[in-house]
Amino acid sequence: MNQDDLANIAAQTKQGDNRYDHVIKVCVAAGCLSANADQVKTQLESEVKQRGLETCCKVKGVGCMGLCAAGPLVAADTNEKMFQNVTPADATAILDSVVDNKPAPEAIVMDSKLDFFTQQKKIVLENSGEIDPERIEDYIAADGYEALFHVITKLKPLGVIEQVTKSGLRGRGGAGFPTGLKWTTVYKAAGTQKYVICNADEGDPGAFMDRSVLESDPHRVLEGMAIAGYSVGANKGFIYCRAEYPLAVKRLRTAIRQAESCGLLGNNIGDTHFDFKIEIRLGAGAFVCGEETALIASIEGGRGTPRPRPPFPAQSGLWDAPTLINNVETFANIPPIIRRGGDWYASIGTEKSKGTKVFALAGRVNNTGLIEVPMGMTLRDIIFKLGGGIPEGRKFKAVQSGGPSGGCVPEQFLDIPVDYDSLASVGSIMGSGGMIVMDETSCMVDVAKFFMDFCMSESCGKCVPCRVGTMQMHNILERISEGRAETHDLELLKRLTSMVKEASLCGLGQTAPNPTLTTLRYFMDEYRAHIEEGRCPAGICHPVKAEAEVGV
Amino acid sequence: MLPTAKTISPPSDDKRWKIVDGMMRRHGHEPFALIEVLHTVQETFGFLNDDALRYVATSLKVPYSKVYGVATFYHFFTMKPPGKHTCVVCTGTACHIKGAPVLLNAVQEAAKIKQGETTPDGSLSLLTARCLGSCGLAPAVVFDGQVAGKITTESIKRRVLEYMSADGHDGAGKVAEVHK
Repeated sequence: MNQDDLANIAAQTKQGDNRYDHVIKVCVAAGCLSANADQVKTQLESEVKQRGLETCCKVKGVGCMGLCAAGPLVAADTNEKMFQNVTPADATAILDSVVDNKPAPEAIVMDSKLDFFTQQKKIVLENSGEIDPERIEDYIAADGYEALFHVITKLKPLGVIEQVTKSGLRGRGGAGFPTGLKWTTVYKAAGTQKYVICNADEGDPGAFMDRSVLESDPHRVLEGMAIAGYSVGANKGFIYCRAEYPLAVKRLRTAIRQAESCGLLGNNIGDTHFDFKIEIRLGAGAFVCGEETALIASIEGGRGTPRPRPPFPAQSGLWDAPTLINNVETFANIPPIIRRGGDWYASIGTEKSKGTKVFALAGRVNNTGLIEVPMGMTLRDIIFKLGGGIPEGRKFKAVQSGGPSGGCVPEQFLDIPVDYDSLASVGSIMGSGGMIVMDETSCMVDVAKFFMDFCMSESCGKCVPCRVGTMQMHNILERISEGRAETHDLELLKRLTSMVKEASLCGLGQTAPNPTLTTLRYFMDEYRAHIEEGRCPAGICHPVKAEAEVGV
Repeated sequence: MLPTAKTISPPSDDKRWKIVDGMMRRHGHEPFALIEVLHTVQETFGFLNDDALRYVATSLKVPYSKVYGVATFYHFFTMKPPGKHTCVVCTGTACHIKGAPVLLNAVQEAAKIKQGETTPDGSLSLLTARCLGSCGLAPAVVFDGQVAGKITTESIKRRVLEYMSADGHDGAGKVAEVHK
């Protein structure tokens, strides 16, 4: 395949789609599928057939539209008409509305002008909810693989890296390391064999951005990886994906097969000398494998235990070869950066955090789902504008970002801009993008205990501070929540948090105390209520001396 | 490498071992394929057992200790045969906030088993997951591989009792027998 072939496919696909007066899009990402979206799609298709509308009306499965809480979602034409909580029985009403312009029942009509939709800025998710993730032609018609062709035919590796550096893109896995710098290091590393790894081991509980990208637009990730491969001089890539995401794995496999048969992956891509192959490796349910050296150990077939760095994977990674590891979302940002230039990307966001970030909004918030916003939007806007506020008129208590490595941000910081540095300044982290909203029914001691329980069982056991420290901290938190703790336990807990933070080998241990630290800092009154008064203000824990005050 | 591998015969003449052999062949019997092969064994037989681990160890020329270490390190691998039906309660953050612990208790009480256990008649296994990535539908539960969202105590109890009352007596035993 060459550039002309690519343009032909794009033109043909667009022409084919333009034949239809109406395109009805049904979300077939995992969230909506579990609410029977596939049956809705089948019913719509048979309804179209029954009415003899096959020539003017097309039903297609698309990726995530974002508002998972109201799924299954259906959108028509340019998303002016949207439908929520659809069942197969609603197919008639939807067609009546789309084709004959009759009003649909209020229960299924979704307001497409909601802040949730209009306040987003979509770069990574630009194709999600628009294209059929199982058809490469759809991706190509949306300018897919154009960036790859541009890179391999017109740019030198350093030229590509220059654009990525200019864009100011920082690693979306959580730590925020500048992507351009990482690419440069791997590019400069000596060695003929290099690898590119895509970290799709989204183990962080409460986060589903990567799953959604892989399910909705898998080719974008493949294209980003191929561009990275060309830039750093690697001919082989691995996607390390959670086995808990069967649909994402299936769509990735389909995408790789399609790209290979079109000559967009494999040998001599685009009739050039560039070869790039991608294989999938399945994770097996270990949170620590999101750490890059543990991930490499896992791909090599061993237990996922980290090793000290340096040497960094960029110098010595998979099978001791220089290895570039980036997160799914980082790779997904690459094609648009190449297509529209690093300067364009750098014009979005804040001074030190460029571009957009995808967040998984969940917990006690009305509009749970997936959003992409420019860096620098305030937490308040995200939660109350896009998220639609807290359900049932309850009061906001905290928002947890960054999963087990992040912290709980209380109400007084709701107006800070969301970027890497501001979140760090209040004790939390950007993390991979999970954002869990909590209201007054959540007990912060219970939340701290929940995360410590997670870190305790996910600790790989290699280094003592993490293995023993997380367990000791968990024991204390358990004592507090059960009303068996004394005041001096708080002092001990604080000492342990700093010890584990400073002495652990890898990021898991180093960040494991964060949820505890932030809750200690901002919600000390709740800890005291448990210890001194033997009561849980939220009524979640049942301290022994307790009489729970507020019911759920 | 291939001729040696051929001389090792599978633990039983169960035809499903051919799938496992195929996977090992695809990776040229390289030791780094260990996790991929264990995935295949579990997908094919439902769980891993000692015979399977020994067979994989010999075939890939990896010490048995390492195979056992890997199989027990990762949560996804299980050494226990699953029940006829499975109920996996998601205990991720969003589900926790929305009451996953209450759901888990409800099932534990209804089925009289703890998480990670199977009912004595083999009709139901109760498991937990760290996060299914279905946070928008929290609290979420996987019933026999199908994710269901916005679960309530009543709905989960109903489902579990249905599983336990329906012909649950030939489930787990069968899987285990064939595997041995």
